[in-house]
Amino acid sequence: MAVAQAKQDALAARLAGLSLPQGGWSAPARADAQARLASMGLPGKRDEYWRYTDPTTLTAAQPTPAALFDAGDETPLFDGIDRVRLVFVDGVFDPTQSDDPAAAGVEFLSAGADIHWAQGLYGVLEARGQTPVARPLAALNTAAATEGVLIHVTGRAARPINLIYLHKSESSDAILHHCVKLAPGAELTLLENGPAAARFNKVLEVEVADGARFHHIRAQGRDHERRAVTHIFARLGAGSLFKSFTLTANGVLTRNEAVLELTGDDAVAHVAGAAVGDGDFHHDDTVFVTHAAERCESRQVFKKVLKNGAVGVFQGKILVQPGAQKTDGYQISQSLLLDETSQFLAKPELEIYADDVKCSHGSTSGAIDETALYYLRSRGVPLRQAQSLLVLAFLAEAIGEIEDEAIAEDIRARLEAWLGRHGG
Amino acid sequence: MLEINNLHVKLEEDDKVILKGVNLTVEAGKVHAIMGPNGSGKSTLSYVLSGRDGYEVTDGSATLDGVELLEMEPEERAAAGLFLAFQYPVEIPGVGNMTFLRTAVNAQRKARGQEEMSAGEFLKVVREKAKALKIDAEMMKRPVNVGFSGGEKKRNEILQMAMLEPKMCILDETDSGLDVDAMKLVADGVNALRDAGRAFLVITHYQRLLDHIKPDVVHIMADGRIVKTGGPELALEVENNGYADILAEVL
Ligand SMILES: Nc1ncnc2c1ncn2[C@@H]1O[C@H](COP(=O)(O)OP(=O)(O)O)[C@@H](O)[C@H]1O
Ligand SMILES: [Mg+2]
Repeated sequence: MAVAQAKQDALAARLAGLSLPQGGWSAPARADAQARLASMGLPGKRDEYWRYTDPTTLTAAQPTPAALFDAGDETPLFDGIDRVRLVFVDGVFDPTQSDDPAAAGVEFLSAGADIHWAQGLYGVLEARGQTPVARPLAALNTAAATEGVLIHVTGRAARPINLIYLHKSESSDAILHHCVKLAPGAELTLLENGPAAARFNKVLEVEVADGARFHHIRAQGRDHERRAVTHIFARLGAGSLFKSFTLTANGVLTRNEAVLELTGDDAVAHVAGAAVGDGDFHHDDTVFVTHAAERCESRQVFKKVLKNGAVGVFQGKILVQPGAQKTDGYQISQSLLLDETSQFLAKPELEIYADDVKCSHGSTSGAIDETALYYLRSRGVPLRQAQSLLVLAFLAEAIGEIEDEAIAEDIRARLEAWLGRHGG
Repeated sequence: MLEINNLHVKLEEDDKVILKGVNLTVEAGKVHAIMGPNGSGKSTLSYVLSGRDGYEVTDGSATLDGVELLEMEPEERAAAGLFLAFQYPVEIPGVGNMTFLRTAVNAQRKARGQEEMSAGEFLKVVREKAKALKIDAEMMKRPVNVGFSGGEKKRNEILQMAMLEPKMCILDETDSGLDVDAMKLVADGVNALRDAGRAFLVITHYQRLLDHIKPDVVHIMADGRIVKTGGPELALEVENNGYADILAEVL
């Protein structure tokens, strides 16, 4: 299908602003991604998949500048957790602020070493994820990324790896592409936090081999004006586990896509998110889960707390392919609207081609429970604290998807602090 | 302790008048009972005293130890020592019963300028009081009132009362839906709290609760007013003859 001229022009303008990497082991994957991109064009406002979120600022040739945010002397997230810290400043790895990556078995896309295991992964899952729905911003990422981590885990990683994204320049435009490959039976916890840049495009490709376990917890930082589009592409082998949780607080625009493919029997994939927005906040969770094997379980749990005109979007799909019998699919998307100006737009979808499956989905939008609020207050709990308790209760199912209790507690504390600052 | 004068209340939403001049004084150390037909305004009185939204006070006052209650936020009334055991305890999914209790206890302490209770001390006290009410540890871990039976909810209300140690306790039909054993537990819980500095206002339909919690004064409420006040014998009269005779007499 020919791509409209306007889209071609937009793509040309976007690519002109980038210096595309040449040569190296990733060159064929990048060339393929460029070809995909040329046939798809960049997303536009009229695209069905971008119906609720305007991609204009994500596709523009230049990023919209974003004011820097000072969190004061607040303790960094995950600080109490023994982890390997790898710091990226506006999308560029900074070894001076980081722990030793080599000791943790982390390599870098920027190193460009000649023959590389990531050849079978870089851009591969992204390419698979382009059907049935096009995700051009992910292809753009594969074509243009110069930085990112490559992690090949063969055993049980001793410590979580924490990617910390600092935003220091008001006009930074960061593109990061990470690949994680878990060998059979391997296990890794990946932590990510920080705003990253004025505009951030990130792809994470995760290959979870048979019996491997991958835990992912990220917090998208509080810079109000930052914009981000992120994609997670994961492929799960038999009996493997994938669990991803995202906390998003503030941010004028965030689009988080997760494309998960359960290809081995008995695999488990959970993806969850808690988003809190006050005012100029647009948060979009777009999820596509494909069941291509038997007895797999998938869960999508997304909760949003919105006030002062904040907008939440959820597009979630469960696709059960022929033969994927005994699939157990669950999807819930809910919003808590703290006033009448906020908005939640949801498009839950099920598409099932097997007859022996259990799939459920639900989507709700509601206000805070006034009776519960009165009950708490009648016991002496002040209004704001009572509201905070009820908001956290609303988010509990999503936070409950984090297995590690110390990490969950850290996330909970952040949410409480945020609610404290934003009036309950 | 509690003094209600000429209290008139209507619904905020429409013009329906529910309380039409309630006068009631409860002295420290005493147990007062309010009986009355369904719809006479007993729950409304308890809600208005505890500060629930949706009602408009058009006249009158209600003071606790001389301080006007009706101007205060619900949490301020609680901190001042008022407690309502709800006729229909509220379910709060996602908030653990233990967290809820501890938050409430510490919020009230803070409001009164006292130090927070340590986690260890709190646990010790709550375990002891829960045990007396036959509330097990598993129930404390569950979300507030979610999946509790009717009797469990009522016992949970009494546990909250025991932990918060209010000076003015209002119990709205705490006996309804309880079997004899559960009622005994609840009554024991209330009796354990009786002392010279504390007062109770027990709303009930039945003499049977009053067999266990002996009232000093019994009031009959009808159509938004206290229409008759007497001693414990008044409750027995209601038990034997219903409200018809009393209402006929006063109207
Ligand atoms: N929020 C409300 N909306 C509509 N009617 C109400 C409301 N609260 C109370 N009422 C009405 O006021 C009257 C008194 O109710 P209530 O106080 O519950 O009586 P009681 O507890 O004595 O049975 C009833 O007629 C009831 O229907
Ligand atoms: Mg009632």
